[in-house]
Amino acid sequence: MHDIDTILETMREAIPAGPVRIKEAVEAGRKVVGCYCAYTPYEVIRAAGAIPAVLCATSEKPIAAAEEHLPRNLCPLIKASYGFALTDTCPYFHFCDLVVGETTCDGKKKMYELLNRLKPTYVMQLPQTVSEDAVEQWRVEIERLARRLEEALGVTITEEALRREIAWRNEERRTMTEFYALSRRNPAPISGRDVHMVNEFFRLSFGDPEALELIRTLTLRLRENYDAGERRVSPDARRIIVTGCPTGKSVEKVFDAIEENGGVIVAFENCGGIKPSYELTDESLPPYEALARKYLGIPCSCMTPNDKRLDLLEGLVGDYAAEGVVDLILQACHTYNVETFQVHERVGVPCITVETDYYQGDVEQLATRMGAFVEMMG
Amino acid sequence: MEARDRGGAPARPLWTIGVDIGSVAVKAVLMRDGEWIDRRVAPTGWNPGEAGDEACAELLRRNALDPEGLGRTVATGYGRNAVKADGRVTEISCHAMGARYLFRDGDERCGVRTILDIGGQDSKAIALDRDGNVVNFLMNDKCAAGTGRFLQNMAMMLGCTLEDFSALPDIEPHAVSSMCTVFAESEVVGLLARGVDKRALSLGLLDSVASRAEGMLRRVGLHEPVAFTGGVSRSRNLVGLLERRLGCAVRVSPDSQFAGALGAALLAQKQARRGRSAPEAR
Ligand code: SF4
Ligand code: SF4
Repeated sequence: MHDIDTILETMREAIPAGPVRIKEAVEAGRKVVGCYCAYTPYEVIRAAGAIPAVLCATSEKPIAAAEEHLPRNLCPLIKASYGFALTDTCPYFHFCDLVVGETTCDGKKKMYELLNRLKPTYVMQLPQTVSEDAVEQWRVEIERLARRLEEALGVTITEEALRREIAWRNEERRTMTEFYALSRRNPAPISGRDVHMVNEFFRLSFGDPEALELIRTLTLRLRENYDAGERRVSPDARRIIVTGCPTGKSVEKVFDAIEENGGVIVAFENCGGIKPSYELTDESLPPYEALARKYLGIPCSCMTPNDKRLDLLEGLVGDYAAEGVVDLILQACHTYNVETFQVHERVGVPCITVETDYYQGDVEQLATRMGAFVEMMG
Repeated sequence: MEARDRGGAPARPLWTIGVDIGSVAVKAVLMRDGEWIDRRVAPTGWNPGEAGDEACAELLRRNALDPEGLGRTVATGYGRNAVKADGRVTEISCHAMGARYLFRDGDERCGVRTILDIGGQDSKAIALDRDGNVVNFLMNDKCAAGTGRFLQNMAMMLGCTLEDFSALPDIEPHAVSSMCTVFAESEVVGLLARGVDKRALSLGLLDSVASRAEGMLRRVGLHEPVAFTGGVSRSRNLVGLLERRLGCAVRVSPDSQFAGALGAALLAQKQARRGRSAPEAR
């Protein structure tokens, strides 16, 4: 029954090796394209033979440096992204040939203008609503990205390569979705902290089939051991869904506060979790149209209206038998913060909004808030 | 309410301690079968764990109880993880429980639906259902706006003590618009320089705390009766200003400082009765 811990340990140890693997890939002649957002169509970058690498954005360390150029009252995710680039402390940024951005929230799109001085930054014009016109517009944008990649990397993106990468990315999404679905069981077979770690491992696996296989094995073992009676999570733990802004290292303090005070996170409706992966790309459509439909369908708060996120969340509460929802807001993120009101209206179970930044000064207060939230459920 | 064994013989009395480790003071309460027997308050100092352990030991000592005879200890407050205890519960649940005890009507009826707690470091608004269960709560953000710390800083600026705030004459408050300690400070300096009456300013500062509290109470869902706990509730003027803003009576208690510790001791009673073999409630 010990192989689960072994697998988790293997994954945990692989995470810090991410930069080394990118360095080796670059030395072997591979190209790297840096990205920040879930709207980035990975498939196109991969079809161009490059590695899409998520750039560092979740630590408080480079924020002070970023604040020399950016306003203080900006979302920490944006400040950290820029700060990492500015201080050259993100290895992925260091090694990438091009950065792909999108016109999502206002802070990000203006930050990309400054980022462009440090590294060529290509910004895709993302529509802010979902309609047939918008799909068409986004399709054109994705094709434009493809032309830009071909030019920058000196390659040709074939339809065959696109189809292959769409299929592979779908396979990745299916694998993750299956892994997430484990937590529908009651009690959950795995803690939210571990799920979050696996997300991190997946993110840094850069499309490696072996890494995906390891996630499949983990899912299988967890299922088998669970059926054999293993319980890693207390049956008393209250089932919590985390929703809101993207997550990452510095906000793990919130997950600790939940799970060390009587809760267990059964699902992450965030960009690091279920949000970008629960829908697949339609492999029967022409590739660019299929990608446009898939990516425009991500229920991000930058979209207006964004009822789809509320539908997703409501569905997750039912599917995962959630007893509470923690709405995680990064300070100064207006879009998610304003949507909070609708989130509270819709979820149908106790819901608490936590506004925080990347500094660790509020860990005590978070423990009290999350503890009280769990205690409130009786 | 004497606890009895199933056979009818009087059971051993159930002794519990609730200890509330706040940022300023440690409060400990000793309880026997749901009855408040003894209390102890001491400064938290630099070592919250030691201060908490010492307060509990003192209660045992002066009531001639040995630790073996103690049913259960529950800790709460920001230092709850620093002390020796059988259970740890957040101050939200404990304050709710403690307030129900302090403001009970008759024997068991819950005499409070909304609780405002303003302590040294933070303020909370807690909504209870008819049975006294917590259904919603709010806590202030990281800054000191509207907390005891805010008033303490302002008192220092005005050259008075926190207690002076509670004995102000009946005059109209002079509005202070800043909530932030730093901005309020410069605003107060400016107003004093312009010759604004010091007492009217003090009242204005209290009213800014009241307005902050009002906002929290309304957002959490204001239902009467309302109770006010925590150290700052000793300010009679603040209670008055709050009542004016809310348009309803606000209940206070001379024992409000002990609300958290009382709640912890009561929860300890409840948990111990549920059986010592039950998993630790956190
Ligand atoms: S939350 Fe929206 S803007 Fe942020 S990464 Fe996700 S899709 Fe992009
Ligand atoms: S968290 Fe909000 S403000 Fe920050 S980048 Fe994402 S959408 Fe923009």
